[in-house]
Amino acid sequence: MTYAANIAMTLPELVLALGAIALMLVSAWGGDKSTRAVSIASVFVLVGAAIALVGPASSGGYAFDGLYRADAFGAFAKVLIYIASAVAIVMAPSFFARSHGDDLRPEYPVLILLSACGMGIMVSASDMLTLYVGLELQSLAAYVLASFMRRDGRSAEAGLKYFVLGALASGILLYGISLVYGFSGTTLFSGIADAYAGTKSLGLLLGLVFVFAGLAFKISAVPFHMWTPDVYEGAPTPVTAFFASAPKVAALAMAVRVAVDAMGPATDQWRQIVIFAALASIILGAVAAIGQTNIKRLLAYSSINNVGFALIGLAAGTPEGVSGVLMYLTIYVAMTLGSFLVVVQMRGDDGQPVETIDSLAGMSRTKPALAAALAIFMFSLAGIPPLFGFYAKFAVFSAAVDAGLFPLAVVGIAASVIGAYYYLRVVKTMYFDDPAPAFAPMESKVEGGLIAVAAVFVSPAGYLLIPVLGAWTMAAARALF
Amino acid sequence: MIQALAFYLFAFVVVLSGALTIASRNPVHSVMWLILAFFNAAGLMILVGAEFIAMLLVIVYVGAVAVLFLFVVMMLDIDFAEMRAGVARYFGIGLALAVALAAEVMIAIGAWSTGPIQLARRAAPIDDAVPNIQAIGNLLYTRYLFVFEAAGLVLLVAMIGAIVLTHRQRGGVKAQNISRQIARRPQDATRNTSPVVGQGVEL
Repeated sequence: MTYAANIAMTLPELVLALGAIALMLVSAWGGDKSTRAVSIASVFVLVGAAIALVGPASSGGYAFDGLYRADAFGAFAKVLIYIASAVAIVMAPSFFARSHGDDLRPEYPVLILLSACGMGIMVSASDMLTLYVGLELQSLAAYVLASFMRRDGRSAEAGLKYFVLGALASGILLYGISLVYGFSGTTLFSGIADAYAGTKSLGLLLGLVFVFAGLAFKISAVPFHMWTPDVYEGAPTPVTAFFASAPKVAALAMAVRVAVDAMGPATDQWRQIVIFAALASIILGAVAAIGQTNIKRLLAYSSINNVGFALIGLAAGTPEGVSGVLMYLTIYVAMTLGSFLVVVQMRGDDGQPVETIDSLAGMSRTKPALAAALAIFMFSLAGIPPLFGFYAKFAVFSAAVDAGLFPLAVVGIAASVIGAYYYLRVVKTMYFDDPAPAFAPMESKVEGGLIAVAAVFVSPAGYLLIPVLGAWTMAAARALF
Repeated sequence: MIQALAFYLFAFVVVLSGALTIASRNPVHSVMWLILAFFNAAGLMILVGAEFIAMLLVIVYVGAVAVLFLFVVMMLDIDFAEMRAGVARYFGIGLALAVALAAEVMIAIGAWSTGPIQLARRAAPIDDAVPNIQAIGNLLYTRYLFVFEAAGLVLLVAMIGAIVLTHRQRGGVKAQNISRQIARRPQDATRNTSPVVGQGVEL
């Protein structure tokens, strides 16, 4: 294969990396004055990377001697990642302008671009080395973003916690990779799959367990979820929105590719781990969220809960299951970004962000449109029909039932009822409690527009998109099998 | 013969400087002995034909880590007398660690003598004819080029991150402005006066 063909397949990452470096130079000379220009330009870089997905980057097959695989699965995940990254860039300026402490600096969009580049490498990796380097690129940028508000103690704490626990997770993952490499003699997914197809030695199985433990850490599945609420609460809200969407998609897509592509012949072995992680995440995410008073912590537990539901699709281990995971992620990203866009609008008279659930009281009277949007997101996250979130859960559960995992689906549905309680509590606070002081008016029309788009997407109108989305996720899932 | 001589020379100096690293009273001397130990370990690596690891030892450990150590030791104000007072207290733990290490070495030797672990598949057999620096270079810059470049990006992020988290604009700093210094002419800065006796000077 010629060098140019390899480059053409990795074009999205190339666009992001070169764009980030160029914008870094702009911000180095332009200083803080260039923040606005760099932010706008980086959204365009993300659009450019998405356009670069058309062609060999989404259908080319293996590049760089099997290190990287350009297929429909990676392309689908990348589209979600780029959308979430762009929204995280768009919602940052008004948040940072209002809060005390540090202003937005041009490094913020640049770090998000580099993180998106790392996530693209993660979801397209077909070799353990590529996977690890991509993961580190994403994580390292995320650690810095978590503590971006340097004068805020909670932000610094979030960054430090995320860094220490993330490094631990990387260590666990790397240990698993080294075991798998030692016992299979290769880091290529295809070679690892060959090794698992033969006799599964104890070393190979131990490696599988460690790899899945590391991956569970990155997608914050129980029992490796402890860092999530603290990091989500402490990080600046736009960064939290980013963490809850793009890296989640990337890590889950990466886990799916490792499970199916590299360890497909060992499905019976990893299925037990995935089923346990899925059920534990759903139940703990639902139960622990009940006592939360901070909306960001609530959404953190909600993300743990949702990861559990997405893992049910993976546990099925079929193309339908993987397609269900992608469908779930698509709808989850819309619901989560929408919720966080509403959270960013929560600020008192002095312009300071407020994060308590109590401050939402009576929002239906003071800000009816915003309250309606948040109610739609909450109902949808709870999976109540006819909202689109119901279809997401339906897709993964039907895949699990088809794969014969009937008990798993039953327990999952029962636990989603517990989850509905705390989502509905938010709605009740907004609609039936005595009004708290009204929030300051919305400043950014773009954010209002994004909330409206997300709300329409997860409303029953989203069902119109099912034929398109279903065909697309199915094509993406078929690329793995 | 000459190999055996070289081996015993390097090995003797490694062991000796290792012991002196722990034993010397002055921590700066400790680091110096450590550097000597690294150099001789590099010599041992060359003897077994692992010249790449030898170079890494010298460049990474001596060049960066040991020098960093030296800076830390010299710049931090540590009361070493007080630290030494703890030796007796931690003697038990230290002894336990030493026993554990010795046991591990024994087990490793035992496992090694029973033969290597069976690998399921070996993707890249080692070619004895190619020196290992060349072999690593061949792989690193061709087959693994993509990962190599991505690792470069990781380092870039680390650099950006360090600056984002620590850099701040300081007010009231007297920075050197070279162009202004050069543009300054003698007639701007000096003045010819002829003071009269008893009048004092005008400043």
